[in-house]
Amino acid sequence: MFYRSLFPRDVLAELDRLQRGMQQQGDVSPSIRGTGRGGYPAMNVGSTAQSVEIHAFAPGLDPASLDVQLDKGVLTIAGERPGVLPPKEAPATVHIDERFSGRFRRVVTLPDDVDPNAVSARYTDGVLHVSVQRRAAAQPRRINVV
Amino acid sequence: MTDVNSVRPQARAETSVRPEEVLLPPVDVIEDAAGITLFADLPGVSRDRLGVHIEGDSLTIEGRILLPAPEGLEPIHTEVGLAVYRRVFTLSKELDPDRVAAEFNQGVLKLRIPKVEHAQPRRIAVQVA
Repeated sequence: MFYRSLFPRDVLAELDRLQRGMQQQGDVSPSIRGTGRGGYPAMNVGSTAQSVEIHAFAPGLDPASLDVQLDKGVLTIAGERPGVLPPKEAPATVHIDERFSGRFRRVVTLPDDVDPNAVSARYTDGVLHVSVQRRAAAQPRRINVV
Repeated sequence: MTDVNSVRPQARAETSVRPEEVLLPPVDVIEDAAGITLFADLPGVSRDRLGVHIEGDSLTIEGRILLPAPEGLEPIHTEVGLAVYRRVFTLSKELDPDRVAAEFNQGVLKLRIPKVEHAQPRRIAVQVA
């Protein structure tokens, strides 16, 4: 009985349930695509009156291999990041393995008023910056009172 | 409850200054016979905002994020909410801090820390008596 669990099984299940509950608490309205937190690439989305700005933290990619698509107001960022870990038979030891490698795909819904024809994407310092203009009609306009 | 918690509460309050909140960059550390290779993800950091310092046996990696963003940007969804990365590692004595080589490309830092000559492996011949 050396490998006996320190805690009874149901306590661990309870902790797991509690942790999931706490993660969901933070989100007022959980998205149908899940929270996506901890995914690769991490994303920040922000907006101004004229545009919607998306920053995807995707270091170490070849910009040509990035697939960015905007379809029906849904932005998809996909690609593949090569791993750096040595093959199993190599005479090397992996001490820490935290970085993401492999294929990835992340999807975000954009506000309704974005203009799919006015999109620009730049990849600098490992961050993909996508800027989508909003339609002119949706922008606030000052109305002169005569 | 132990007595330790109640001993000199004032001194405790003074020393527990909260350090600045930072992002912990994910790393891969791989060791081979000649040294250690470290990869760290620091997206959003440009070359001039990256710092790699070795002081004594401690290796510090830090960087500051600067994102191109228009004025008046209102965040809708934020996963990277801090602007500074920092991570400190303790080097062991067989590593040679004077010959560290660093490369930084598209937010990925690659550090190669070789082992000092005498620490590199040597095949030991076993004598048969």
